[in-house]
Amino acid sequence: MAAMIRLGGEINTLISGVYDKKNEAEYSRQIEFAAAVKIQSWFRAVRVRAYLKYLNKCATRIQKVWRGYLGRRFCRVLLKNTLFIMKLNHYNKMACRVQKTWRGYYARKYVFNYHSRKRYLEALHVKNELIRSELAEFAEHQSLARKREEEKSEKQRKEYEARKHHYLVSTAVKPGIYNSPFLPYPTETEFLLRNVQPLAHQKKKIDYCNFDPTCARYNSQVPKTLPPLVKKPQGPFREPDEVQKQRYKPFRPTLRVATEFYSLEKARKQLKEEEWVTRLNDNILQPFTHRTVAYEPLLYTSSKFGPVKYGTRFFREEFPENFIFSQDFKSQVPPIPLFDRLNDTYSKGQEV
Amino acid sequence: MSRQVLQVFEQYQKSRTQFVQTVAELASRPQNIETLQNAGVMSLLRPLLLDIVPTIQQTAALALGRLANYNDDLAEAVVRGDILPQLVYSLAEQNRFYKKAAAFVLRAVAKHSPGLAQSVVDCGALDALVICLEEFDPGVKESAAWALGYIARHNAELAQAVVDAGAVPLLVLCIQEPEISLKRIAASALSDISKHSPELAQTVVDAGAIAHLAQMILNPDAKLKRQVFSALSQIAKHSVDLAEMVVEAEIFPAVLTCLKDQDEYVKKNVATLIREIAKHTPELSQLIVNAGGVAAVVDYIGDSKSNVRLPGIMMLGYVAAHSENLAMAVIVSKGVVQLAIALSEEQEDHIQAAAAWALGQIGRHTPEHAKAVAVANVLPKLLQCFLRTDVSEDLQTKSKKALKNILQKCVHLPALEPLLHDAPPNILKHVVGQFSKVLPHDSKARRLFVTSGGLKKIQEIKAEPGSALAEYINTINNCYPEEIVKYYSPGYSDALLERVEQYAPNKS
Repeated sequence: MAAMIRLGGEINTLISGVYDKKNEAEYSRQIEFAAAVKIQSWFRAVRVRAYLKYLNKCATRIQKVWRGYLGRRFCRVLLKNTLFIMKLNHYNKMACRVQKTWRGYYARKYVFNYHSRKRYLEALHVKNELIRSELAEFAEHQSLARKREEEKSEKQRKEYEARKHHYLVSTAVKPGIYNSPFLPYPTETEFLLRNVQPLAHQKKKIDYCNFDPTCARYNSQVPKTLPPLVKKPQGPFREPDEVQKQRYKPFRPTLRVATEFYSLEKARKQLKEEEWVTRLNDNILQPFTHRTVAYEPLLYTSSKFGPVKYGTRFFREEFPENFIFSQDFKSQVPPIPLFDRLNDTYSKGQEV
Repeated sequence: MSRQVLQVFEQYQKSRTQFVQTVAELASRPQNIETLQNAGVMSLLRPLLLDIVPTIQQTAALALGRLANYNDDLAEAVVRGDILPQLVYSLAEQNRFYKKAAAFVLRAVAKHSPGLAQSVVDCGALDALVICLEEFDPGVKESAAWALGYIARHNAELAQAVVDAGAVPLLVLCIQEPEISLKRIAASALSDISKHSPELAQTVVDAGAIAHLAQMILNPDAKLKRQVFSALSQIAKHSVDLAEMVVEAEIFPAVLTCLKDQDEYVKKNVATLIREIAKHTPELSQLIVNAGGVAAVVDYIGDSKSNVRLPGIMMLGYVAAHSENLAMAVIVSKGVVQLAIALSEEQEDHIQAAAAWALGQIGRHTPEHAKAVAVANVLPKLLQCFLRTDVSEDLQTKSKKALKNILQKCVHLPALEPLLHDAPPNILKHVVGQFSKVLPHDSKARRLFVTSGGLKKIQEIKAEPGSALAEYINTINNCYPEEIVKYYSPGYSDALLERVEQYAPNKS
């Protein structure tokens, strides 16, 4: 019992000891659990990390390979492109060079050749000068011709004037007005006057336009004053008044000469005009042959009116071989004695 | 007894004759016409046209013709009086003197206006006139051709009517006749017919007119030459084909001699012919240039005055307009100098306008051309023409266009300098533009530009910011150091003075 009591006395401590122990165990168990968790987590973490590392490594490798592949592919394309561009540039450059040369050549040859243009302009200049000189020559020629013409007409005018005033020329005895004795030389006009013929008096124009059959024009004018009374001139001459009479004898042409050549036509024309004036009726009387209305034949006539056409042949001329009798027809009527008597003298028509 | 009766008739006839003769004589003086008209001469002359005596008829027709010739009122009166049908009727019937007189009346009526000419055509005159062209007598042919020409000259319809009446072959026959006056009138009629349309001109060409006309180029008669050249130019003006046909008649070196003719109108018509040919194609122009035509025309411009030189001026313009090569040919032939003289000498606007236009055509091709024009001292004259207020609008626009064309090509700076000082803004723009193109590349020019005061002038220009002019000025300013530009800017001295005022000296 003591033990019991001791135990009883110690119960509290025992209980608290149990509790303590339990608490301690609980406490350490928690610690151990945490430690275990830590260890596990670390381990797991290590494993997972190692795995992840491994995965990363794998991914990197894959990516490396893939990227390398892509890169190489891209690089190839880039290279190709670059090469292409390089080539293109090169070709363009070459084409430029060719085109440049060709265009230059073409333009110089066909479009604008500086030297040929220069040559052309020089040639044009020469041609222009030529034309100018030719035209100037032509104009000069023309003006000379005109001048000559003017001079000629002027000279003619002067000469005409000189001929008109030829009476002013100086004679052997009397110096003219252009030949002044106070001058050493006669003037120019004087020489001109000496060189020209005096102008003859103008002949009176005979007016032939009107032919005068009465011959009034042919009579020369009888002088108003009578001729001077002179003795008969010595020699075989007639008396002056006889000569005078003969000279002023009225002119008597023959009828043939006196008649105008166109007198017939003129007379006809005059007659016509006179007829027109004297005509009283404008409707001229026409003979009956001028009919305006067509001929109206009788109802019972069988023949046609009008002229027989040329070449018409009649029965008797046409078929002479059809005649049954070689002689002409004869009338069956007995002849009339009176006519028989006259037949001898008139006609033998009825006689066969 | 009958003698007394006849005497009355005779007296009547004599007085009729005397009346018409007196009227015809009076009608030949213009101062009598009004009195005659007021006295009712028309109604008195009309019955006399039907007179039995041919002399009276003719003289009456002559008097009528003279009256109708005077003015269109009287011509109208002749038409209203129904005289024309009677004339046309008797044109076919009567003798040649009467035909001449009747054709004269028709001509005098048709001369005034298209309406009157149409009324002549309406009464059937064309056929009768064409029959007259077949007459033997040259005088009748002449007056008929004259009347036909006057009818055809008004418009294309009337000319077509004349052609339809079959006049053209007969007119071509007429120019082959020996009489000069007939040739002259026939050529003039052909010219009048062919001037209206290409078709009519083609009809004339088809009748073989060109060869005969070309033969008469060297004829000594000046009046004939006038008409011949007029006809050729009227034919050539319509189309390239017709012009080529005229050229093919081998007129070329020969016509150039006629530019030295005594007669002014011959010269003018020849120049017109050359112009009408040159205007069509570069090839035709080239042909003329190669024949030395440009030199001849340039000489002719120098010799003649006012209106006579106009076609020559236009011809140079046409030739230069075709290509730069041809323009160079004009320059080489000393055309620019003559044009410059014409531009300054002539008083009339239209000739100045033509000269300005021609110069513009020459200078618009390349800088070389523009320089050739500019050194002839043309630009100030063109500017003057443009700035004058008393001139026609045509001259202003033409000179402006010419200036613009030349300036856009001109890099010859000494010629541009004066324009800088007195050009209005719309021209100044082009001038400054040219400077802005040249100055960045030419150091000598830059130096000269400063010393001649150009830069100063540039700074004085008030340009709207953003405009082309401002841009050009900016380009020029960029060619120079900033100090120089500032130095020449207006108001620079004030700015300097201000700086002096603001400047505080260091007091140490």
